[in-house]
Formats: sequence, C-alpha cells, structure tokens
Amino acid sequence: MSEPVLEVSNLRKSYGDRVVLADIDLTVSRGDVICLIGSSGSGKSTLLRCVNLLEEIDDGVIRFQGQEVSDPRVNRREVRGRLGMVFQSYNLFPHLTVLDNITLAPRKVHGVARAKAETRARELLERIGLAEKATAHPDRLSGGQQQRVALARALATEPALLLLDEITAALDPELVGEVLAIVRDLAADGTTMVLATHEMSFARDIATQVCFLDGGRILERGEPERIFTAPEEERTRQFLRRVLPA
Amino acid sequence: MTDLWQPSARELERQETRRSMSRRSLLIATVAVVVFFGAVILAVVSSPGWPNVRNTFFSVEHAKASFPEIWKGFWRYNVIIFLIAEPLILVLALAVALARQARAPWLTPIRIIAVVYTDLFRGIPTLLLVMLFAFGMPALQLRGVPNSGLFWSIVALVLSYGAYVAEVFRSGIESIHPSQVTSAEALGLSRGQTMRHVVVPQAVRRVVPPLLNDFVSLQKDTALVFVVGVLDGVWAAQDYGNYNFNYTPMVVVAAFFVVLTIPLARLTDWLQRRMAERERAGAR
Repeated sequence: MSEPVLEVSNLRKSYGDRVVLADIDLTVSRGDVICLIGSSGSGKSTLLRCVNLLEEIDDGVIRFQGQEVSDPRVNRREVRGRLGMVFQSYNLFPHLTVLDNITLAPRKVHGVARAKAETRARELLERIGLAEKATAHPDRLSGGQQQRVALARALATEPALLLLDEITAALDPELVGEVLAIVRDLAADGTTMVLATHEMSFARDIATQVCFLDGGRILERGEPERIFTAPEEERTRQFLRRVLPA
Repeated sequence: MTDLWQPSARELERQETRRSMSRRSLLIATVAVVVFFGAVILAVVSSPGWPNVRNTFFSVEHAKASFPEIWKGFWRYNVIIFLIAEPLILVLALAVALARQARAPWLTPIRIIAVVYTDLFRGIPTLLLVMLFAFGMPALQLRGVPNSGLFWSIVALVLSYGAYVAEVFRSGIESIHPSQVTSAEALGLSRGQTMRHVVVPQAVRRVVPPLLNDFVSLQKDTALVFVVGVLDGVWAAQDYGNYNFNYTPMVVVAAFFVVLTIPLARLTDWLQRRMAERERAGAR
C-alpha cells in the first residue's frame, strides 16, 4: 500500500468564536473518491478550501503527497500547482476563450509550451464533448458547458488530487447530468477526488467513501452502501430522510 | 459550540513560525525602506548643485516670507474655484452621460448635443479653454453676466471637466450588467426610473476612484486661472519669486496642493471600504 495522497488529521478551523471545523481526520489514497455530504454550513466547502490552502487553519496537520502543507513556510503556489479545484460558480475567466482558460495555468505556472498545452487542452475538450467551443468565450456557453470547461481547466495541470466544491449546485437540473457524467468517467479512470455534493444518488454510485459532516465534524463515514442504507447516527438518518426521495 | 480545545504542540510551533516569519517580513521591509530612501536622499544631497538648489528652492526664510500671500491667493481662488466648480461639474457630467443614454426619439437633438459637447471640449486643452473664455466672452459684451476673468475661468473649467467626467459616468453606466436593467423593467419601472433607482446608483459607486482622479486633476488645474490674471496661490508664488529671485514659493504652493488632495483621497478610500463591507459580506 503506497502512501496516501492526502492525510488530514485533527484539523480545526474557526472564524473568530465560530468553530466551523473541528477534529477532522481524513485519509485519501490514490484512486479514492471521497464524497462529503451534509447540510449547508456543515463545513464541506471550508474543508476543501483548507486543503487547497485558501484558508489558514487553526490547528491540525494537512499532509499532501507526504509533505506537510499546513506548515506556514510551505510554498502555497507550488502546492496548489499539484491540486485541482472546481468551484460551485464555475469561476471561468470571462475575458479568455475556452482554450485560453484551459491553457493558462499549464503555460504560465507549469511552463508548458503553447502548442503542447493547446494539444492537451483540445484532447480534454474532446473528452468533455466541447471540442467545437475552443474559441468561444465562457459567457456564450450554458452553465453545464461552463462547468465542464472548469473541470477541463482543473484537469489540464494533471493534478494529483481533484477537489470539487458542489459543482452542480448552481446548475439547472437538466444540466446536472452532463457534468456528473464527466465526473463519473474521471472516477472510473481512477482520478483521486474529494467532492462536496448534494447529489446523493451520484455519491452513492461513485464514492469509495462517504463522509457525513454535521456542525463542522465528520459525524459518520463509511462505504456508500452502508451510509445510505444503514446509517448509525440519528443526525445522519434525519439528514438522509430530508434529502432522499421517499 | 462548546469544546475544550487546546492548541496542539504542532499548532503552537506553527504559531511561533508564523510570528518569526512576520518578524522577518517586518525586518526586510524596514531595511528595504531605509536603504532605498537613504540612497535617494544621499544622491540628491551629495550632488554638486545641491547647496545652490537648497537655497533657491528650499529656503526657510523665503518660505516664511511668501507664505501669507500664497495662503491668501490659494484660499481665495484655488480652493473656492474648486468648491464652486466641482458640484457643477458633477451635475453637468451626469446630465450629459444620461443624455447620451436616452433612447426616446424626440430626445435625439439632446443626444447629438451631448456627443458633440464631449468630443469638442475633451479635445481642447484646458489652458486654451480658460483663455478663450476669459478673454473672448467679455468681448461679446453680454448683458446680465459678469465679465470677470474669474467667472469665465470657472465656466471654462466646468465645461472642460464636465466632458471628462461625463465619459467616466458613461463608462460606469455601461458597465452595469444588462440583467439589472431587465429585472428593473420586469418590475415595471420606466426607463427613467430604472436609471434613477437601479443603474446610476450602482454606476456611481463603481466610478468613485476615477472620479477622485478627476477631482484631484481639477484641484491642480485651478492653477490655470493665473494666466488670465486671477491672483491665485500660484500667481502669488510667481510674483514673490520674480521679485526675490527665489523659487521657494513654488515649492510652498506645491505643498498646498498636495495637502489639499490627501484628505480627499483618504475620504474616498474610506467611503469605498464602507460600501464594500456593507454590500459584499464575506467577499475578499
């Protein structure tokens, strides 16, 4: 068994007096797909932001590929270069074409030559079914298409770990499917991912492990089959009753 | 949430690292500041002409002697011209910007006037406008309007800056996303109401920094009135310099302008910050 990609232990995060994450332990091995579920404000997004070093943590240790990245001396940009993140609101750069959105980080951060970066970007666009949109600007695309481009942008740097923060939450129901289909493909290809999601049946299908967060703590975790059919905690049962169709 | 959290040994160590890193940043900043400004000051002071320059431009006695006249001219003209011109400019500029946005067919002449006005007055150097107005207008011998150079210089400044500021307002108005107009129209607001209650308030907030830029520029351009014989601070400085062969008063009046603009810049920063905090909670 090789060393885990990501190891979070005893993580704590607070904003002033409000504790948003406490006693978080999480281990992600290669090929894992970890789904974080829980109601809004339970800390799912904050956890992802902490892992991506977008938030300064108050305690605990985050290790990524064997390196402690929660050390203040660590070069955050270098770490982020090995992580991919997709946000709920796409956050594509509106002044750049789809192709330029995807090739920006490979070219500027990783020093890939333009031609090579563009070849790779076109492959990714092919894979997400948007090859013909390469020269379009993001605002010309539907929400679902934009989010697929955002996924391609995150994948362009070949990250060791992909963080997805409720990437379908801002989409029309009919557009959710096309985005989830790509994530499903990625999971099938063995991409290591941690994702916060409200799509329970999707989580059930692709997760290797499901974590239920409540009040900033991981209250329960386990195989999706077990969490969704036989949750141990009363809070988990309540949550699932609310979100799962009867 | 009640939990008995004690920072772990690792966290305490990390806090110590953060502290030492910030101490180090502070040290580097201090050294950089001292070295950089020290070198600049040294280069100036050790230059061969420095004693001469110090006596001609930075003489304490001449500064003291010229101060009262400069103060009088600066306060009576530069500050007052600015205070009169600025509100007029804002009103004129907003009116012009709105006129350019008007879509009603019968307002077409107004639109044409607005376009021609901005093109024309933005293109003419402000100095020329001041001279043309202050010398030309009195020659028309119009009744009921003052013939003083002061009056017509203010008119020239208002017209010149009105054209600039109108473009600033227009860019602000055009930067408001069309969805705002759509949703205002969906609520049944008229085009005028949409502008008045939805578009313009957002646009004005967005253009505060460039507006400040033009304010500061106007404050400086109040100095142009001395070419038509208005005895402002700059005129007083020049007058003193010509009599005493010393340019210290120029530095004094320059300091006046700087001192006048700084409070305005701080005020705008503060307004901007307050607005951002109120409207964009959580955004960084």
